[in-house]
Amino acid sequence: MAMELWYNLVDLLPFEWAVPGKMLFMKNALLAVLLLAPIFGMLGTMIVNRQMAFFSDALGHGAFTGIVIGGLAGFMQPLWSAIAFSIVFSVGISVVHHKTRMSSDTIIGVFSSIAVAAGIFLATAGGKSFARLNSYLVGSILSITPSEIAVIAIILVVVLLYWLLFFNRLLFASINQVLARSRGVHTFWLETMFSAAIAVLVTVSMSWIGLLVINSFLVLPAAAARNIARNQRQYHMIAISISLLSGVSGIIVSYYTETASGATIVLITAATFLATLFMRRRRA
Amino acid sequence: MNHEGTDMKCVCGEQSCGLCCTRIENLGVRIGNETILKDINLHVHCGEFTAIIGPNGAGKSTLLKAILGEVRHTGHLKFMRSIGIRKERPVIGYVPQNLNLDPTSPTSVLDLYAVCRSRSPVWFHIPDSVKQKARECLSRAKADHLLYKRLGALSGGELQRVLLSLALDPVPELLLLDEPVSGIDQNGLEMFYNLLSDIRKNYDLSIIMVSHDLDLVVRHADRLVLLNGTVLANGTPQEVMESESFKKVFMGIW
Repeated sequence: MAMELWYNLVDLLPFEWAVPGKMLFMKNALLAVLLLAPIFGMLGTMIVNRQMAFFSDALGHGAFTGIVIGGLAGFMQPLWSAIAFSIVFSVGISVVHHKTRMSSDTIIGVFSSIAVAAGIFLATAGGKSFARLNSYLVGSILSITPSEIAVIAIILVVVLLYWLLFFNRLLFASINQVLARSRGVHTFWLETMFSAAIAVLVTVSMSWIGLLVINSFLVLPAAAARNIARNQRQYHMIAISISLLSGVSGIIVSYYTETASGATIVLITAATFLATLFMRRRRA
Repeated sequence: MNHEGTDMKCVCGEQSCGLCCTRIENLGVRIGNETILKDINLHVHCGEFTAIIGPNGAGKSTLLKAILGEVRHTGHLKFMRSIGIRKERPVIGYVPQNLNLDPTSPTSVLDLYAVCRSRSPVWFHIPDSVKQKARECLSRAKADHLLYKRLGALSGGELQRVLLSLALDPVPELLLLDEPVSGIDQNGLEMFYNLLSDIRKNYDLSIIMVSHDLDLVVRHADRLVLLNGTVLANGTPQEVMESESFKKVFMGIW
C-alpha cells in the first residue's frame, strides 16, 4: 500500500525509468536511500565529533566476519549472527580500550585486522571461492526488497527516538568526560551503547551500500557539514541534507553511468566535502 | 595551622550553610604501581578560597579528581555540617582545565549550556526559555556576549569564564577549579581572579583551585596548600611562602 503510493509519486518525476509499473528496483532503491540517508547523516555527526572514523571502519570489518560465520553456521539469514557478532566486536573494542589504556588506533587496528583475516580465512576454508561474498564488499541497493525497506523505516524511527533522548548526554561526554560524569552522566554505558548502535547500522546496511564504502557514507556528510556549521543544529541539518542529496542523486546518476550505487553516492558526497572545504571561511 | 584538632565543630558564617567544611583525612591515590598522592590531610572551610600550588606532576589535578570521586582513593573525605558529618555529597561545581574538542567543532557556547542543563535535544531545537537561562547563567561570569560563539573560537580566558559560569549553575557548595597551565593572557587571568573574589563574596561556597599563577594566588587566596605528592606546607599565603618547602620547590622560579 505504502509502496503503491510511493511508486505513483516517483512516476511523476521526469525520468525515462519513472514510468508506471516498470523499473520498480529503481523506485525501491530511491525510497530506501531516502530513509537510510538521514540515519547515516545523523549518527555520522557524533562519529566525527568523537573522532571515531577509524572505529566505525573497523565495525564494518567485524560485521563482515559475522556474516561469514553466520553463513558457515548454516543460517538462512546470516544477518542476525552478523549483528550479534558486530555488537560483541564493538563492545570488545570499547572494553579493551577502557581497561588497557592503550591508544585507541592501535587497538582498533589490531581488532580490525583480526576480523578481516578471520573472515577471509573462514570464507575460503575447504577451498571455497570468495566470489559469493563480493556483493557484501561492493553492495547493491538496487536489489532491496519492500520488506527490507520496512526494516529501514523501523530503524529510522528507533534512531530518531534514540537521538532525541540521548544526544545531549553523548555530546556532553564527548566534550569533557570528567565534567559530564560530575553532572551524573554515565559515560561508559552511553558510549558503549552508541558503538553498538553504529555496529548494528553498519551490519544491516552493508549489503546495500558495500563494506568498502560504507564508512565514507557515514563520515563524509558530517565532515562536509563541519566545514560550514557553527552549532550542532546547523551541523545536523547540513549533514542530513548532504546525505539525502548525495544519496538520491547518487542512485539516479548510477543508473545512467551503470556503476555501483554505493560508490557513486560516496563520490558525490566527497565532492560536496571538497566544495564545503573551499567555502570554509574564518568562522566566528 | 590550627586545624589539626579532631574537633568536629566548624564555625560557619551563616546559619543556612549546609556544608561547613570539607575534611580530607589520610587521602592517598595509587595508579598502577605508582603512588600519586599520600597522607593528604586538609580542611577546606566554608567561604574560603583555597589554592593548591606545586610543581608539575605534584598530583594537583589528581587531588581534585579524588574529591570529585573520579579516581579511587584511600583515606576519608568528609563533608561536615556545622554539627556532625553529612551523609549526602555536596553539590560540586567543576571547572576542568580544558575541553576535549577540536577547534573546528561546530559546538556553540549555547550548545554546551543546553547539553549540561536541559533535556531538549540541541540538534533539533533549543527553546527560548533555555536560551534565556543560558544568558543569565553566562552573565554571572561576564560571558553572556559569547552565547552564540563556537567553543573552538573562544580565547583561553573566555572559555574559562564560560566553564566557570556553568559550574555556578546550580550554585554549588564546593567549587573545584583546575586552572589551565597556559593560554590565558595576563588581563584574562586578572579578570578571572577578580571574578572569583566576587563569587566568594556573593555566594556561600568553598573554592578549591589548582593554580599556576603564584603572583595572583598570593593576592586572592585565603589559604595556600603546597603539594608535591603530599602536603608540604599549608596555611595563609604568607605562612606558606615563608616555609622552607616553598623555597625548595620554587627556588629560582619565583
